Amino acid sequence: MVQNIIDVKNLSKSFDISSKEPGLKGTIKHFFRRQTKSLKVIKDISFEIKEGEIVGFLGANGAGKTTILKMLCGLIYPSEGSILVSGYLPFRRKENFLKNITLIMGQKQQLIWDLPPIESFYLNASIYDLDKFEAKKRIKKLSEMLEIDEELYIPVRKLSLGQRMKSELLAALIHEPNILFLDEPTLGLDINAQRNLRKFLQKYNKETNATICLTSHYMKDITSLCKRVICVHQGAISYDGKLDLLLKKLSPVKEILIVCRSEDDAIKLGNSGFTVKNKIKNEITIKIENKSITSSLKTILNNFDILDLFINEPPIDEIIGKVLIKKDYDI
Amino acid sequence: MISNLINSKIFTLLKVQYSNMLEYRVEIALWAISGIIPFFMLNIWTNNNLNESINISDVMLSRYFLCAFFVRQFSVVWVVFSFEEDSLLGKVSPYLIQPLNPFFRYFAQHLAEQITRFPFALIIAFFFFIFNPESIWIPNLSLLLLSIVSTFLSFLIQFLIQSIVACLCFWTEKASSIERLLFIPTLFLSGLLAPVVSFPAYVKSWIYLTPFPYLIDFPANLLSGNETNISGGLSMQILWIFILFPLFKKIWSEGTKKYTAMGS
Repeated sequence: MVQNIIDVKNLSKSFDISSKEPGLKGTIKHFFRRQTKSLKVIKDISFEIKEGEIVGFLGANGAGKTTILKMLCGLIYPSEGSILVSGYLPFRRKENFLKNITLIMGQKQQLIWDLPPIESFYLNASIYDLDKFEAKKRIKKLSEMLEIDEELYIPVRKLSLGQRMKSELLAALIHEPNILFLDEPTLGLDINAQRNLRKFLQKYNKETNATICLTSHYMKDITSLCKRVICVHQGAISYDGKLDLLLKKLSPVKEILIVCRSEDDAIKLGNSGFTVKNKIKNEITIKIENKSITSSLKTILNNFDILDLFINEPPIDEIIGKVLIKKDYDI
Repeated sequence: MISNLINSKIFTLLKVQYSNMLEYRVEIALWAISGIIPFFMLNIWTNNNLNESINISDVMLSRYFLCAFFVRQFSVVWVVFSFEEDSLLGKVSPYLIQPLNPFFRYFAQHLAEQITRFPFALIIAFFFFIFNPESIWIPNLSLLLLSIVSTFLSFLIQFLIQSIVACLCFWTEKASSIERLLFIPTLFLSGLLAPVVSFPAYVKSWIYLTPFPYLIDFPANLLSGNETNISGGLSMQILWIFILFPLFKKIWSEGTKKYTAMGS
């Protein structure tokens, strides 16, 4: 049986936020009497993650996804509740725990800006107590996987965003962590770089059985990497389960564009009990429930003179977008 | 374990930071030149014959200010500004989840910068001796070694003081303003503007209880061969390190609980 590697129970986090009214009056008032209020950004959440799982955290901006990752990796202290990651309390930041994890933030970098990435890699290797031989071996292996062999000796400031991101990934993985916390790792990358990064993460997960917790606003990252998603809405979990189940439940119908031989056929089809989305001349778009799609298509093909038909899957971004603005999904 | 740490982590950090510093050769030369306040002060003191009131000869005074320049070059600390920036921009976050306290990075940065500064400081000293040939002297080897140790201890004291202030970023976000308050006593009481011996006796007795005279005055007097209480000075430096280090550890441990990882 696969063990839980992350165990979160009734976790909450509050921040003290100070607010200021606009204008000079507000500024003076703020100077003498600062008004702060406690804002609960994570509200009593609980979940478990098994070893080797890739879990996507979904949510709108400010929903609390990154705060959850920061607490899981021990960067910030939880206000209430408990977290156990690989048997450790993350915030204590014990050496053995830190050697087991990594955090990659798409918009932050740890590489030394004016030096080639190889210098940062050897520095990280020594921080994680790797000897030079082992470090060299891992740098070679990871740079081949990430296809950045030639960029290792070029100053970071001269690398493209994609090359920098790959180098960041190598720096963060040199100690071969078991748990990866990735906060928007493909942010700002072009389509090819995004695809390569996703391929790399899949390979890394397959080869090392590493657990990956991922946040991303690019749905492709989530759909190609994660079987399970945790949707966060205003600091609370609105859905925790399989991604395909969520998609099926949220999108129970398919849209079918049918090209009829004549406009009369299209009119007849529109009047035969199907839900019509739109009709332009001899082209008609109807909605059919997923469960009855085969029988409905059979009926249409047998009874109408059809030239062509196209089945449209609704865009996944649209479906997930619905989750991000709803409080609860009872699935 | 400690020796292992020094051998691997710190040494690699130092090597990498030194490579990084070498990318900024011109800046470091300019920083070295910008540290010539003691020479201006020497000029003010000698032109106004102020040294007569404290019974220090012109030669000894010029040696004192040259040594003050050297001590300053190898004990200047800016960790509060680096940490504040890194903390506000969230750059410190990746370092916090590595098995090495981020302050070791700043420590290595400072040491690397000192090594880079060294040749420039020597060039400045060379020009100083051209204009003040009477000040040339060869320091006693044991005093030279002691003053190197003392300068390093001075650096440690300043690094710890600023690191403690830097940790206040976890509460105030703008800890550098607190450091600016500390800069005033550092400037006046450390011996950078005037040897501490020039202060009235009752003021001196208080000053010697603070860490400030051990930052520049004591190591500079030691190196220049001026009369000074060597064992007393070194003991006070060590005492201050013993006071400041646990304080830093405590404030760091409390502060990281407050860390919100802003900007990341």
